Amino acid sequence: MEKRIRVLVAKPGLDGHDRGAKVVARALRDAGFEVIYTGLRQTPEQIVEAALQEDVAVIALSLLSGAHNHLFPRIVELCRQKDMSDVLIVGGGVIPDTDIPGLKAAGVAEVFTPGTTTSAIIEFIQTNVK
Amino acid sequence: MCTANTESLKQKMAEYTGKVEKALTKFPERKNLPQNRVYTPLDVQGLDYEKDLGFPGQYPFTRGVQPTMYRGRFWTMRMYAGFSTAEESNKRYRYLLESGGTGLSCAFDLPTQIGYDSDDPIAEGEVGKVGVAIDSLADMEILFDSIDLGKVSTSMTINAPAAILLAMYIVVAEKQGVSPDKLKGTIQNDILKEYAARGTYIFPPKPSMRLITNIFAYCSQHVPNWNTISISGYHIREAGSTASQEIAFTIADGIAYVDAAIKAGLNVDDFAGRLSFFWNAHNNVLEEVAKFRASRRVWAKIMKERFGATNPKSWMLRVHTQTAGSMLTAQQPDNNIVRVALQTAAAVLGGTQSLHTNSKDEALALPTENSVRIALRTQQIVAYESGLADIVDPLAGSYYIESLTNQIEKETWEYIEKIDEMGGAVVAIEKGYIQREIQESAYKWQMEVENKQRIIVGVNQFQVEEKPVEGLLRVDASVGELQKKKLAELRARRDNTLVEATLIKLEAGCKDESTNLMPLILDAVKAYATLGEICGIMRKVFGEYQAHVSL
Repeated sequence: MEKRIRVLVAKPGLDGHDRGAKVVARALRDAGFEVIYTGLRQTPEQIVEAALQEDVAVIALSLLSGAHNHLFPRIVELCRQKDMSDVLIVGGGVIPDTDIPGLKAAGVAEVFTPGTTTSAIIEFIQTNVK
Repeated sequence: MCTANTESLKQKMAEYTGKVEKALTKFPERKNLPQNRVYTPLDVQGLDYEKDLGFPGQYPFTRGVQPTMYRGRFWTMRMYAGFSTAEESNKRYRYLLESGGTGLSCAFDLPTQIGYDSDDPIAEGEVGKVGVAIDSLADMEILFDSIDLGKVSTSMTINAPAAILLAMYIVVAEKQGVSPDKLKGTIQNDILKEYAARGTYIFPPKPSMRLITNIFAYCSQHVPNWNTISISGYHIREAGSTASQEIAFTIADGIAYVDAAIKAGLNVDDFAGRLSFFWNAHNNVLEEVAKFRASRRVWAKIMKERFGATNPKSWMLRVHTQTAGSMLTAQQPDNNIVRVALQTAAAVLGGTQSLHTNSKDEALALPTENSVRIALRTQQIVAYESGLADIVDPLAGSYYIESLTNQIEKETWEYIEKIDEMGGAVVAIEKGYIQREIQESAYKWQMEVENKQRIIVGVNQFQVEEKPVEGLLRVDASVGELQKKKLAELRARRDNTLVEATLIKLEAGCKDESTNLMPLILDAVKAYATLGEICGIMRKVFGEYQAHVSL
């Protein structure tokens, strides 16, 4: 049997909006991924530690508080430090288009903005996971 | 309520149904349409005008809580605002009041809502982002500078640390020469929906409920015109619930608060008149109108029959409303102006007491001054030009509206009964039941959108190629550093021995369950103890809530 892709769905920072994270987590699970959800208020350190412990191939970050420019690159950086550069990191939330090039340059593979379908997210992960 | 020959009507209805049934097979199926295509007197059989509807301002308040409704005065046009520093937000508040806003509504940043100072490492990146950063009384003094707290009414979206922000407000007012009994406003103070849907909890349920009942008791004595809680369905709906779930789970929370206060020894009529609610104005206009009407009828019955309240004020479900943020689209954002106008119509036809209208750019960022003005103008147009506010509860008597009001009421009672059986809202939340029900609805909605059984204009149909939106509001990244600097100066300037003394007393008070914490919090606030220091003491004694994580 083909090994199922393991995904950590994570909520960095203090943001409590988890409708999107939970919908995405469930859609990924229904699509055959193994999904671990961190719950709210995770520090970058906690997220990367969980990703390491759970041996995931993907970290999917959800943030609607506007702190993405600070928190997303920090998580990428911590992954690099822990020799986890092969982990695919994607993010989503209320993120202005103008912030996306900076996040991608920092190492976030893709940023999904409001209105994205779960099937688009699933397809991106399946195509890009290492 | 109207004369109808039932037998003849039933026969004609069957003929009609047979005919359209056949014709409708040619059309694509849309999900979540009302049960019937057309409503007739058959759907409101047994409706008793005086018992089920009554007059506006009379039990069971189906038609509204005031006899005059908008013929007396319009709803309070209250725009939720706050970002960056107290200085910046003060400017926005004064702009809103000058533009004809009639009440203030404060948005606090996440560190403030979760009880951390701006210089706490966990606050890094979040300071001033989704609201204004308030670290101490000093920030609060700036936030309300040149705003007469004796005249304006202020709503504060603050929950876990509500007692502290309320204390700061009381002290700022006193410094302006306004006594607490003159203050008008609301604190959200609704911790149960934080556990279930919104996420800015700090302490476990038991001490949280104690803080809430402490506020009820203190305000009934000293701040009698203050709404001590805004029991909120808004965020439950935003998290994905249906209309019936929104009011059912919220009213179940309301029951838990009333129970807790009565258990703490309060007389129901001493505090119930200051309970207020917060509904979402969603896209389906008529469903929303029915929801508002049903919620008033349910609450009135609960307060009168279940809790034995005798003051009519205790029976009234007074409500603030906000248009549905989650229904705004990032695609073709100008279309959001139209959505908000329809949602405003729903809230007004539903009889809200105050309203916040969202701005068109809020699926992308915090709103600019210009887009906030359009949102406020939307309310003013509905109030002054549309005619929707001219007649009290103008949709009453519509077969559909009355039938839907009954149906939503029925679904609400079913949920309340189920939650009662589980042991009340606190238990239902601790078991993750309410969260799962909401998640289920959210997922269903998303799948309907993805399968195009539900069309969202510009999102899954009628799309266009778009350029990125320009001119969005950006919160200056330096606000975190600025707040840190202000905090360092404050800590150097204040009487630290006094701060220490007030915090020691607060800690002792926290440990003694019979102590009302409000006076102790007021003393700490007056000494310029910071929000993080006060919450730190409480965290130490009360511990922190461990969330139920379920998928």
